[in-house]
Amino acid sequence: MTALLDGVSWLFILGGAFFTLTGALGILRLPDVFTRMHAAGMTDTVGAGLLLVGLCFQAGDVFIVFRLLLIVALLWFTSPIATHALAKAALHGEMDPDLAGLSDPSRGGEPSTS
Amino acid sequence: MFAVAAGALLLAMGMAMIRALRGPTVYDRVLALNNLGTKTVLLIAVAGFLTHRPDFTDLALIYALINFIGTIAVLKYFEYGDLGAESPRTVATEDM
Amino acid sequence: MGRTIGLWILLFALWLALSGHYTPLFLAFGVGTCSVAVYVAVRMEILDRESAPFHLSWGVVTYLPWLAWEVLKSNVQVARIILSPSLPINPSMVHFKGSQKTDLGRFIYANSITLTPGTITTGIDDDDFEVHALISDAVDGSEENEMNRKVTALEGAGAGH
Repeated sequence: MTALLDGVSWLFILGGAFFTLTGALGILRLPDVFTRMHAAGMTDTVGAGLLLVGLCFQAGDVFIVFRLLLIVALLWFTSPIATHALAKAALHGEMDPDLAGLSDPSRGGEPSTS
Repeated sequence: MFAVAAGALLLAMGMAMIRALRGPTVYDRVLALNNLGTKTVLLIAVAGFLTHRPDFTDLALIYALINFIGTIAVLKYFEYGDLGAESPRTVATEDM
Repeated sequence: MGRTIGLWILLFALWLALSGHYTPLFLAFGVGTCSVAVYVAVRMEILDRESAPFHLSWGVVTYLPWLAWEVLKSNVQVARIILSPSLPINPSMVHFKGSQKTDLGRFIYANSITLTPGTITTGIDDDDFEVHALISDAVDGSEENEMNRKVTALEGAGAGH
């Protein structure tokens, strides 16, 4: 039973770590602030969700599980609001989304060079 | 298992920090710092399990709340240049 | 009145779940704290269908798992884009028509769009949603149409109560 729980935990935690790292890579790689928001959203939603659900299996206490799930719920409710506020502020601040779609090396840069 | 998660989170935090330092616009920095805050929440939760003190989840919960409010406050300051001039309610109906 | 009592019960349940101490003193603190919070909410007149949408409870229970699965699917899609060396992005601004009747329904739809990586709502004008998409073919409409339909159904399910 413990081995099974550990296996499920590993699966969720590795999944969460993968999406968190991919989101961070996206924040570095993508060309402008609007596209970076998509990558940031990955960390807030699935990265945090999988990681904290993976921790739930190791908690062994229903109070801790409730708190971890409350953090997930909180992140899922606040993340889109913060993202929308950021997008609105960026549009308000005369930032034009880069719609050409071609990555401009001077604005983004590869993570390997940083 | 928790050490792996903490290592991945620290690496991801470092990458977000690079974006926060490089900018180029102020919105990139806010985005990166908000993301860094989310990862800090996760790191606090993982650190609690790493040190066998799961009570740390309380701190993570509070940090998640403060991170959100901090981001909104900074964005409001950039957008209106003031934190209290306009009522948020009238601003919301105006712009939505 | 039902909404006031409902909020109080919800807050006290949260207190009980987070506290973990069930001595008379701590329970009294909980009762006091929740009462003050509800009193402030009533005084500010922010307690209405939008701020305490209890009528949506059952709809949300069935909507959230579906949304979580959609979020997971589009996360995999975005992760594949970020990890591919050529970075095949094609950012575009697209417009959606939402069929929601109330502001609350529009809020849920807009947040669902933003929560799904690959699409971000940047503005709402009545039923017109301005959306920034990471790749334009991700918004062919089918997935967003289904989300739109589900949110409208969620909103409509609570309208009778």
